[in-house]
Amino acid sequence: MSEVNEKVKKVRPNRQPMPIQDAHDRIRNFNEVAIGYSEEQALLEASRCLDCKKPLCIDGCPVDVDIPGFIKLITQKEYQQAINKIKEKNNLPAICGRVCPQESQCEKLCILGKKALPVAIGRLERFVADWDLANGHNQAEKAAASGKKIAVVGSGPSGLTAAADLAKLGHEVTVMEALHIPGGVMVYGIPEFRLPKSIVQHEIKNIQNLGVKIACNQVVGKINTVDELLERGYDAVFIGTGAGLPYFMDIPGENLNGVYSANEFLTRVNLMKAYQFPQYLTPVRIGKRVAVIGAGNVAMDSARTPLRLGTEESYIVYRRSENEMPARLEEIEHAREEGVQFKLLTSPIEIIGDENGWVKGMICQQYELGEPDESGRRRPIPIKGSEYELQVDTIIMAIGQGPNPLVPQTTPDLQINSHGNIVAEENTGLTSKPGVFAGGDIVTGAATVIQAMGAGKKAANAIHKYLTEKSG
Amino acid sequence: MFKITKKKILAQSIKLIEVLAPEIATKGQAGQFVILRIDENGERIPLTLADFNRQEGTITLIYQEVGRTTAELGRLEPGDYILDLVGPLGKPSEIEKYGTVICVGGGVGVAPIYPITRALSGADNHIISIIGARSNKHLILAEEMETVSEKLYIATDDGTEGQKGFVTDILKQLIDSKMQIDLVVAIGPLVMMKAVSQLTRPYNIKTIVSLNPIMVDGTGMCGACRVAVGQETKFACVDGPEFDGHQVNWSVAEIRARMFAEEEQLAMKGCNSGGDCHCQK
Ligand SMILES: Cc1cc2nc3c(=O)[nH]c(=O)nc-3n(C[C@H](O)[C@H](O)[C@H](O)COP(=O)(O)OP(=O)(O)OC[C@H]3O[C@@H](n4cnc5c(N)ncnc54)[C@H](O)[C@@H]3O)c2cc1C
Ligand code: FES
Repeated sequence: MSEVNEKVKKVRPNRQPMPIQDAHDRIRNFNEVAIGYSEEQALLEASRCLDCKKPLCIDGCPVDVDIPGFIKLITQKEYQQAINKIKEKNNLPAICGRVCPQESQCEKLCILGKKALPVAIGRLERFVADWDLANGHNQAEKAAASGKKIAVVGSGPSGLTAAADLAKLGHEVTVMEALHIPGGVMVYGIPEFRLPKSIVQHEIKNIQNLGVKIACNQVVGKINTVDELLERGYDAVFIGTGAGLPYFMDIPGENLNGVYSANEFLTRVNLMKAYQFPQYLTPVRIGKRVAVIGAGNVAMDSARTPLRLGTEESYIVYRRSENEMPARLEEIEHAREEGVQFKLLTSPIEIIGDENGWVKGMICQQYELGEPDESGRRRPIPIKGSEYELQVDTIIMAIGQGPNPLVPQTTPDLQINSHGNIVAEENTGLTSKPGVFAGGDIVTGAATVIQAMGAGKKAANAIHKYLTEKSG
Repeated sequence: MFKITKKKILAQSIKLIEVLAPEIATKGQAGQFVILRIDENGERIPLTLADFNRQEGTITLIYQEVGRTTAELGRLEPGDYILDLVGPLGKPSEIEKYGTVICVGGGVGVAPIYPITRALSGADNHIISIIGARSNKHLILAEEMETVSEKLYIATDDGTEGQKGFVTDILKQLIDSKMQIDLVVAIGPLVMMKAVSQLTRPYNIKTIVSLNPIMVDGTGMCGACRVAVGQETKFACVDGPEFDGHQVNWSVAEIRARMFAEEEQLAMKGCNSGGDCHCQK
């Protein structure tokens, strides 16, 4: 420790702030909020890294990126090498640099964080990934063709990662995606202003360049079942179908017009480009006063998007307190700057409609925090007599998603747990069905891009091993 | 890309197309639907399978030009392509031997009732069909329905074909005649399906309806298609589209069908289909 303390005492630049679009301007457009470091800032920020002998940050990374390694390469302006270093472990750095919850992963463990602010690892990751998009030349190496065919179901981060790694290992991979564009939540859920779709497309192109085929408009379980895929010559199947089933609260008035699931609202706006209606034909109707129920990333996205569509008041309504909000810190800050109002320790118990069946308000109940519950967070307890009406005309439910049941329902020997998630081994993705692997939100429940990616990676290795052993 | 191989005008503003989609044609069953998106700027709309030809690998879609997308679809000709087509979606109809089945189709709803009627007939049911439309100019598939039914009744609002009045008038006469009815399947406008369900409920005649709420993905991901059935909220795209008509909350269905009425008007302003679609009215 003494060595570390020594180093901290040296004059060290401050953590470089992320240049962002001014809140006043950005709520009038869908352009990316965070603009990204300049080279100068990146060099300053990279110089803050202590290059610890036993770097703890790596322990915080779900896919073990050599963080001090790539940061050191930045300080030497070896950007190509820096990106190569990241890509040894992470296939989607431009995406992860933007959407990972660094504050609860790598940056949380950064030694600098004990005395000052941690190194901005995510921003540096994004810097090199963006450098790579603009200047890099990648020819990922591909092993000789193995003659094995693999079907990947779902094109979210888990499926895409598994597909890319398997293609590099020489296998013939086809990704089947239900929607008309690949990318999963990265294209239908996360808004343009946080993750530009051009970046996702670029990453997908790279994966296609590895020889991966992507077949859209294919709902597995409806057009082909997993068993049929295995019968039709696929040697293994990876299932990465995500947590796409939106939960509602089961309170009166939830089926009124003006109540959306976050998935519906965000899909209309992001995937279908309803913000450009009527050039794009999908409509979205958003009123003047919007309440979003929940406080995760999905909720923040759902509260910030309406402001860009002209809403006057946007509320986050959340049952617990500020400390328990699960969203990334940056999103909460950005939401606040943009004028999102937080109604904490509050939850709706009824939605009220007008005579035409449209939402006109919501009865809210207030809560106080009691003893910790199973999740370790203090349990919200309703306060008697605290009910009041909040006048809103649009309500977006962002209280979580469950696993999409289409594949489990049509694959009888696939074991699922009581929540409907597919049961799969953590280190291999192996399911109860031989030759079938799974990973990402369909296994863990709604989690993060990086965890889904990590699961895809582990499964790719396990599938490779399974196929090699099977033929050997 | 999915090629349109055939097109036919069935009635005023009602058109039929056949689309080359071999996988869907192989897998599709009566009662299921597809979602299509015509082009890059298009919206995703659900259309029920009106038929499928497994040999030729085509599916048949029949639609009424009621909005911007169906109007645009109406302008496509054989040889043109639809950008995206996904299916078959939803649960197939439950085809078994029920006994005497009355199949009721109203307006463009005759299109989806046809393959169901054919399948039920193939399962040895005694089929009586009732189809209806505003006038004889709007009536579709009468011949086809005739071939799969032991008896076909027709009702038009203005009496230009068959009995003057509604399909429910004929259904009521059949019920009043005290004949044994084991199942009623009704597809058509919400008001018609609601009227059929209200008519059969006091007699406890099992009644199946096919709901077509607003949809986006069709895979259970968005909940746009939710309908209230019994005490529960169901997603029509995965739990349906067929439900027990006596359990459906019709007022919720009617309200939700109007969710984007204003936007649909706006979208039509940019439409220049030649006015065949009545959308500007
Ligand atoms: C609005 C929103 C914001 C988020 N923000 C963040 C964030 O900032 N940071 C972060 O780390 N995580 C965030 N997440 C979570 C993260 O996006 C997910 O954890 C991650 O995408 C899960 O990846 P996946 O591969 O398991 O599944 P998904 O990304 O859900 O992809 C699954 C894909 O499978 C397809 N599919 C489903 N069923 C079938 C079928 N039967 N046949 C064929 N295809 C099928 C789906 O259409 C979809 O494309 C956010 C999620 C949402 C919804
Ligand atoms: S259409 Fe989206 S869930 Fe049914």
